[in-house]
Amino acid sequence: MTAITALLGSSRPNRWGPLGTTAAIVILAAVALSVLGPALSSADPNASDFASAYAAPGAGHPLGYDGQGRDLLARLLTGSRTSLLGPLWVVALSMAAGTIIAIAAAWVGGWLDSVVSAALDVVFAFPGVLLAMLVAAVFGPGLSAAVLALSVAYVPYIARLLRSAALAERRKAYVQALEVQGLGAVAICLRHLVPNLIPLIAAQATLFFGYAMVDLAIVSYFGLGVQPPDADWGVMVAGGQSGVLQGYPAESLLAGGCIVVLVVAFNVLGERLSDGSGQGGTFGPSRWWRPRRGGAA
Amino acid sequence: MTDAILEVEGLRKNFGEATAVRDVSFSLPPAGALAIVGESGSGKTTVARMIVGLERPTAGRVTACGRDRSQPARSARERRDRGGQVQIVFQDPYSSLDPRQSPAAAVEEVLRLHTRLDRGRRRARVAELADLVGLDERQMAALPSRLSGGQRQRVAIARALAAEPRILILDESVAALDVSIQAQVLNVLADVRERTGVAYLFISHDLAVVRQVTDDVVVMRHGAIVERGPTDRVLDAPEHPYTQLLRASVPRPGWQVPKTR
Ligand SMILES: Nc1ncnc2c1ncn2[C@@H]1O[C@H](COP(=O)(O)OP(=O)(O)O)[C@@H](O)[C@H]1O
Ligand SMILES: [Mg+2]
Repeated sequence: MTAITALLGSSRPNRWGPLGTTAAIVILAAVALSVLGPALSSADPNASDFASAYAAPGAGHPLGYDGQGRDLLARLLTGSRTSLLGPLWVVALSMAAGTIIAIAAAWVGGWLDSVVSAALDVVFAFPGVLLAMLVAAVFGPGLSAAVLALSVAYVPYIARLLRSAALAERRKAYVQALEVQGLGAVAICLRHLVPNLIPLIAAQATLFFGYAMVDLAIVSYFGLGVQPPDADWGVMVAGGQSGVLQGYPAESLLAGGCIVVLVVAFNVLGERLSDGSGQGGTFGPSRWWRPRRGGAA
Repeated sequence: MTDAILEVEGLRKNFGEATAVRDVSFSLPPAGALAIVGESGSGKTTVARMIVGLERPTAGRVTACGRDRSQPARSARERRDRGGQVQIVFQDPYSSLDPRQSPAAAVEEVLRLHTRLDRGRRRARVAELADLVGLDERQMAALPSRLSGGQRQRVAIARALAAEPRILILDESVAALDVSIQAQVLNVLADVRERTGVAYLFISHDLAVVRQVTDDVVVMRHGAIVERGPTDRVLDAPEHPYTQLLRASVPRPGWQVPKTR
């Protein structure tokens, strides 16, 4: 949600185009639904009633039941919370760490910059999902292990992009004028550098929210993230598989559909924001740095 | 000259193998105006950056207001004091202001750093500085993107003057402006010097402007000083062949075309 408020504050919606606006609306709707969750469905997401396993939609249960006779709508709504909060944590942690590392490296330069760049290259080579699964396998499954591991895996992408942007900003005359004035480095960074990087930070946060959502869903799908019976979209996709085989694909399809729709929305909006972040013209085409899934920037 | 407000002795700067500045010495008297001229790449900007502490000298000394500043400042206090002694206005008007900050806010930030004025006094001082460089209230409240290059440069000058420096370095600060705007800014500078007694280190490759603004001049080539003296003397009767070439290669209105070459 920080990402959303940050981006709403920093960019004008009319620049996003119809697709970007639609994406923003989809995201806002998903957030609203997950916040309102319990108010929209009175059913208990964890109460199972084997008599109604795979039962068709009916009064009070508009989406029907899963294989254990639990209300699907209630589970989708509850699941939306973990499925949105997980990526939110990943984005908050990795953006905070990435921004601090990037600015420190760009500001101090010299040996610190070399050390950071070298360290980032090493972590870069490691796919986030694998790292998350490895950590979960070693330290025991759960959402927090996966969130921490993914955050670490994303930091290099974020730090790398922000470092070059911070470096470009640091070389600008207004920053140097403030240095000559005698303003301290921390004050210059907090009052001037970071605010000028916010559009880029918001765009990155939005893009990585989508990535984190997929990666966390994959980890949960393999049973290493959120643990059943807690509802989570990734868990639901996995849990619904036996239903798919028996001809009841609703659970997997609905949960998978939610993931796909939101991930696409975050990607579209993230792209729009980074196109409008004003950084494109400053250093090359706006797309060269954008990390592709599983590849280097 | 021992009463110099800025003294540069044996200044040298190496960038890797290359030497950008070698054995540069000069001094600037209080309220004086000294020009550094020379072709692009001759090391003028590097000298200026070493004086303000943005670049560390490989060798040599910089003394401003009697205080050595060849080494980085050790404390926040010293950093601020140095800012109160020497200020600089850079060449590029487009990156010289924070795009998110109005001129009034930028000048006020400097006043907060260097003075103990309360809010009301700061506001009055911002208005005073705006008046000094010829900007109105609306321009001072606008975002930089709404200002022209000349207006931005005047903001940069006001911001530098807000620290009440004894020395102001102008590194090609008017070069990017068209002639009429340039003339306005030069008038502002002459006016400011008269009113505040600030000394100028005026870096330019525009000899006509140099003649208009400065008393003395040093000529730099390949990082070293090749000629120095009173501006009129050096520009009217250059002794070094390089200065003669420099003068011949920049014909300007008001300049007689050299008879030879
Ligand atoms: N940060 C730097 N790194 C390497 N070389 C530099 C750097 N800054 C300036 N130089 C070199 O030093 C020389 C002098 O540059 P500069 O001081 O900008 O000259 P001027 O201001 O007279 O045009 C040039 O050859 C330039 O390429
Ligand atoms: Mg220069």
